[in-house]
Amino acid sequence: MQPIIEGRVWTLGADVDTDQIISGKYLTIIDPNELKKHVFEIALPEFAKEARPGDILVAGENFGCGSSREHAPQAMRAIGVGAVVADSFARIFYRNAINLGIPTIEARGVRSLFSTGETARVDLPRGRITNVSSGKFLEFPPLPTHLLELLEAGGLVEKVRRELERNRSAGTVRS
Amino acid sequence: MRGHGETLSEKVLARASGLEEVVPGQIVEGNVDLAMMHEQGAQTVAPFHQMGAEKVWDPERVVIAIDHWVPASTEGAAVLHRILRKFADEVNLPHFYDVGRHGICHQILAENGWVVPGDLAVGTDSHTNMLGAMGAVATGIGPTEMAAVLALGHLWLKVPPTVQVRVRGHFGPGVTAKDLVLKILGEVRTTGGQYKAVEYAGSTVAGLSMPERFTLCNMTTEMGAKTGLVAPDQKTFDYLAKIAKHPMHPLLPDPDASYERLVDIDVDGMPPMVACPYSPDNVRPLPDVVREHVKVDQAFLGSCTNARIEDLREGAALMKGQKVAKGVRFIVSPASTAIYEQCLAEGIIETFTEAGAVFTNSSCSACFGGNMGILAPDEVCASSSNRNFPGRMGAKEARIYLMSPAAVVATAIKGEIADPRENA
Ligand code: SF4
Repeated sequence: MQPIIEGRVWTLGADVDTDQIISGKYLTIIDPNELKKHVFEIALPEFAKEARPGDILVAGENFGCGSSREHAPQAMRAIGVGAVVADSFARIFYRNAINLGIPTIEARGVRSLFSTGETARVDLPRGRITNVSSGKFLEFPPLPTHLLELLEAGGLVEKVRRELERNRSAGTVRS
Repeated sequence: MRGHGETLSEKVLARASGLEEVVPGQIVEGNVDLAMMHEQGAQTVAPFHQMGAEKVWDPERVVIAIDHWVPASTEGAAVLHRILRKFADEVNLPHFYDVGRHGICHQILAENGWVVPGDLAVGTDSHTNMLGAMGAVATGIGPTEMAAVLALGHLWLKVPPTVQVRVRGHFGPGVTAKDLVLKILGEVRTTGGQYKAVEYAGSTVAGLSMPERFTLCNMTTEMGAKTGLVAPDQKTFDYLAKIAKHPMHPLLPDPDASYERLVDIDVDGMPPMVACPYSPDNVRPLPDVVREHVKVDQAFLGSCTNARIEDLREGAALMKGQKVAKGVRFIVSPASTAIYEQCLAEGIIETFTEAGAVFTNSSCSACFGGNMGILAPDEVCASSSNRNFPGRMGAKEARIYLMSPAAVVATAIKGEIADPRENA
């Protein structure tokens, strides 16, 4: 994870639920590279074809509400989404995305700061998102240390792997 | 009332994390009392191995219940089921509700006493909130996070602020717990519970049966909340008396607990409610919608929200001697195999099939648009389930109206959205 992320913006509205990110009919797909072909099929049909790694999603209120399907952030990670910024998130989506190592930032008022195609710069440690195209910016509460560590590790899998390894070597020392 | 006492979810989270007390906003490591997986758990297997985990922290605290596609209705689903069976064998997870003992995961947890007062329960499904009706903190997590829970037995949680919803008054005829939760959704909206705990209290809630409390807590998910809870009482203890799978730690909110927000609801004189397309908080009084003569193509009595024996009994009583309207496909799906058997014993299956309904095996059925009972573009469905977002039950143009089981049956009979009080 880079502390400063810059990328091309795609905007989405409010209440984009996980059904609109990955429709129920694709839930039996496990391969993220297959999943990514169907991402935002309902909410943003051209995204799956035209998105480039590093692109930034900017959404309104309650992004990722609905089912707890991890397929949604998985498909985004497979595309290589650089960050997801929204006025607010649904909680399971938020956890899933952070756990997968996607910088996920709640910045109230961000949706009205951007139009599709503009460039965003996200400064994670400082808590600031700038519309590079217009020069306007917005501050957001920086992520708690716990979550920054999670992102720095590259997600939960890596973090737990390290924890289990530590436990095991601690066990060896004791025995 | 903003005192210094603790809310119910704060007490449960303090217990789970071994702390004296916790405050909203605090990040804690909570020890998990029960972890539940359904088909999405198949995605837990790969991260579990990638983490280098070799065994599950406590196999007696893990339940697998397949429910979305049962029996497997697609090749993809069959593969998910096989991954789970193989994993359960490998890491020795004995509590697997496989085809034949299956049911909707939340109902399986409820009717088998897997979640008890004071528990911290997590599941790979957003409606895990339903189990908060036991006086527990029950919440949905993703499959990668579940892998961490299986490996470690704990997870990080941010202590949520609590919204207290206080309900008083008596339900009129034809008004149910579903109408109450729709009414609350109309007030709190889909974002009003974001990251929060919703504690249901007041004389009406105390008077609700456990199945009604399940319906209430189930749709806390639609408020965006982390969890929805009802303080345990004699009804909870009676419900769990013979079935509790582990010791209870009943906790009650302090009388001077500090709530972020209070919502007061009076159900005296409240009509049945309906959530119109395309959001569960687009709630209107049912009689207003009835006046618009909304024709339906399908009616669905099922889902974790409303397919318990009480719901099906009530539906069958209305259905008895009536016919499903021409042009309507009426699907009835019990929430578990145990409920299916009960319906068989009570003649409920016969009542529905004689009327022209399809009574299916227990599963999520038509609820999520990936299994059966899928809607074509522009079709209209009356449903006892919990979500009506675009595309939820099939085509994104299809329109879903959420209502009580009684209203669904009345609608199936009339062929357009109907008020169950007209048939009574
Ligand atoms: S019945 Fe519907 S809401 Fe409940 S678990 Fe199944 S798909 Fe989800």
